Amino acid sequence: MSLISTLARLEAVDTGRAQPAATVRHRHLSERPLVFVPLITAGEAGAPLGALVGTDRDAPRLLVVPQPRDRELRFAFLAELADVVLPYVDGFAEAVEAAERSETDPETGKRVKVEVELCADAPQMLVPSRAGVDLVRLLGRSMRFRRTAEQDPETPFPAPPRVPLLGRWLTHFGERARVPGSCLLLAMTDVLGRHWATGQSTLEDQHLGALLAWIDPPEGRSGAEAAEEAELARDDDGQLICPPAGPATDPAFDNKLLAPAIERYDRARTALAAAEDGVEADDRLGALTAAEREIRALVESRTRPTWDAVWRGLDLLRELPEGARVEERRTRDRWSFTAHRDRVAAGEPPQPRRDDAVTAANKLAAREREQARLEAQEALDDPLAMAARRLSGEAFAGEVVDVVMAYSESKRPSPRPLVTVRTDDRPHLGERVKAYRSLGGKPQTAEFVEYAAGPDDGLLVLRIMDKMGRGKEPEPGSVPEKGDRLCFTLFEHEPRGGAKLPDPEETPWTHGGPPGEDPAPEPADPVTEEDLL
Amino acid sequence: MPPPRTPEKGLRHRLAELRGPEVKPRALDARALAALAANPGCRRRAILDGAGVDKAKLASSLGSPSVFGQSQFAFVRGNAFEAKVKADGGTELLRLAAEKLDRTAEPPMGARLPDLGAQDSEGRTRRTEEALREAAAERGAWTLLDHPMLALDVAGSPAFLEPDAVVVHPDGSWTVVEIKSFPMLDGAADPAKVGAAARQAAVYVLALERVAERLDPPPRVRHRVLLVCPKDFSNLPTASAVDVRKQRAVTSRQLARLTRIEEIAGTLPEGVCFAPELPPEQLEWSVESVPATYAPECLSACELAFHCRDRSRTAGAVTSLGRPVRAELGGLTTVGDVLAAARGEAGDPDDPAVAALRRAAALRAEALASAAEGAREVAGCR
Repeated sequence: MSLISTLARLEAVDTGRAQPAATVRHRHLSERPLVFVPLITAGEAGAPLGALVGTDRDAPRLLVVPQPRDRELRFAFLAELADVVLPYVDGFAEAVEAAERSETDPETGKRVKVEVELCADAPQMLVPSRAGVDLVRLLGRSMRFRRTAEQDPETPFPAPPRVPLLGRWLTHFGERARVPGSCLLLAMTDVLGRHWATGQSTLEDQHLGALLAWIDPPEGRSGAEAAEEAELARDDDGQLICPPAGPATDPAFDNKLLAPAIERYDRARTALAAAEDGVEADDRLGALTAAEREIRALVESRTRPTWDAVWRGLDLLRELPEGARVEERRTRDRWSFTAHRDRVAAGEPPQPRRDDAVTAANKLAAREREQARLEAQEALDDPLAMAARRLSGEAFAGEVVDVVMAYSESKRPSPRPLVTVRTDDRPHLGERVKAYRSLGGKPQTAEFVEYAAGPDDGLLVLRIMDKMGRGKEPEPGSVPEKGDRLCFTLFEHEPRGGAKLPDPEETPWTHGGPPGEDPAPEPADPVTEEDLL
Repeated sequence: MPPPRTPEKGLRHRLAELRGPEVKPRALDARALAALAANPGCRRRAILDGAGVDKAKLASSLGSPSVFGQSQFAFVRGNAFEAKVKADGGTELLRLAAEKLDRTAEPPMGARLPDLGAQDSEGRTRRTEEALREAAAERGAWTLLDHPMLALDVAGSPAFLEPDAVVVHPDGSWTVVEIKSFPMLDGAADPAKVGAAARQAAVYVLALERVAERLDPPPRVRHRVLLVCPKDFSNLPTASAVDVRKQRAVTSRQLARLTRIEEIAGTLPEGVCFAPELPPEQLEWSVESVPATYAPECLSACELAFHCRDRSRTAGAVTSLGRPVRAELGGLTTVGDVLAAARGEAGDPDDPAVAALRRAAALRAEALASAAEGAREVAGCR
């Protein structure tokens, strides 16, 4: 945490309201996001209990597993989930635009441009909290190796047709969420926490209700009071008034309400199975339906407040103007989405349990590169983010006080004007350290020459190095003028990644060597009688 | 068996006074001992745990009830899994232990399963020690101790600890087994949960080492424990060896420091008592007489955390925003002081922390003003 954000938190404590931690919105928000509010059963490896899911704020679809330990019911839940998620995802797969991508020609080994499809927009899934992102990944893992009856007639417990495909998409969303700045799958607490500083710790910010209470407290109350109420207030029944955003439920809810309801459901089911004639069966079916309805009501009562909270968070975020470079990152999401669409369409096997060495190294390198890019872009989009970089000596802002024309000493002299900037910032400069400023959206490079007076006077002499055209005279507007207010950064605006990694076939022996010939597809998880997911 | 070190009469008596004369002490379990390592500087927690005060009850009496609870679903599932792991004379458990920890040893066939049943905790502890001694005498065989009971001297009073199981290897060495119901997915489990399990197992290792010291020759207590979890999404057990040397060292140091309890007790004013039936005002006074070191991490580890958080916030302590916050603020510890220094109303401008704060405040104000100006311009263009 930088000192600036610490200060913002302290101001939030002082004023009783969250303070801005960003002046623009740094994440793309889809116009039609898919909101997913899942609940799981305590103690099981991600056995779902229910969920609210959908794109319509007023009409979420309620999915419930009345007995979470029953495989059939769980498959029914996953099939229903697939019925909501897959049409939503498919809706983005069809509208495409033409784009170019450079690829290595397999015959000549040269880089050539190829025409490819790029989806015009990409889906966006929103979950309440970071634990929800983990659950999406876990559900993806649990489903993508399942076999349907069509794929494998011998499989002991075939999954419903579209469940493995849902697993692959959820895996892709979960994996993409690990790339900094990506927006295919977002946790509402993370996005809100990026844009507001509350008067509590980041640990407490994980509670969506408390976080919203700080950002937008009810009339006449302080954020601290409202947040504490959201965390702790219970009704006469001992239940939390603002249920946890999940996916884990409150133990008091499990023990007092859910467990008895599930027990009634189990009894009704046993009774129905033991019914001896049609009339009796009808009665008992009624009892079973009633028991199921009761569990549905319970699940809805715990998910609906969170569902509303996620949409309220969206409202608050939409009030912020979108940062200028957010669209560029969104395009990367579109590439990622298109690539996975193509892999599915090409009939490739599901994502492996473990990545091979080259894929894993590539993923890590990509995440590092995107982290650097995100930090640079956020700073360029947002004066508040830039302020933190200025404070840490990675950027400086100031006024141009003098410009002296100078030329390089080559055969064809090019303009290398010397610009003197007065700044109050304390950048970490050394001889020929490069600094960059944004000129019409592109970075212009300068080199630090010297301090005009002394290191403490804040007069910096910089030599402008590029973006001045080919002629002897710089193009108009390409050289700063006296009186201009400029902001230079010591970090690159468009950070580059490291060296290219070898192709998987060239994996060095230190990293396991090249993969074997055409590896067999990964087997499904073995199923035992007592399996729970 | 040599008796555990006799605590000083004075201290024991004093702790009983603190707890309340009619209140039975709450036994320390491994989880509580491991949690001590999370916030070793907290004197409040040290004295309350040392005196065996029920912190959950105390928190309720103070009007800030704790939020810890276990769902019965998790409880049932945990027990069912443990029963499955130990079923059939622990065959599967021993197979996992041999595979993960002791591949050169004889495969475990017909392991010994001593009966550890006894009337009370002391009796079970004695039975466990006997069983361990017998196992030490009989080299070359595997022995499985199901729910042994170990006593560990904590600040003068014995805490009784019950590991899920202890395995005696054919070479005479001992291994702690920890059975957990969170899944090991594709060979990896949630690192936070594994960390908690390792801290807990480290307490058992320490307790076992005390038992080993009393034997001749002392058997080796292995520093790699066996963590048994369900495999992937199934109910089948899988295991992994977890090195707990670091956690053992940390816990051992914490336990040594716990002897400070006597010193803390000595500083308390006359009349301090934590009996839950006392009126809230008196309890609050008692609790406040011991200083706490609250940090947000306490919320997931200590029953009293919400009470301490309230106090910390009321006092305006910056640590209520997280421990790292404190690090960059130098000697300024309250919200009021920091903000006054940032606004230039107080503080020494030559103090580097104050100077940095003022620069941060100026930069923040400038950025917010420029953003507001930008927004106005955009609005004007429309």
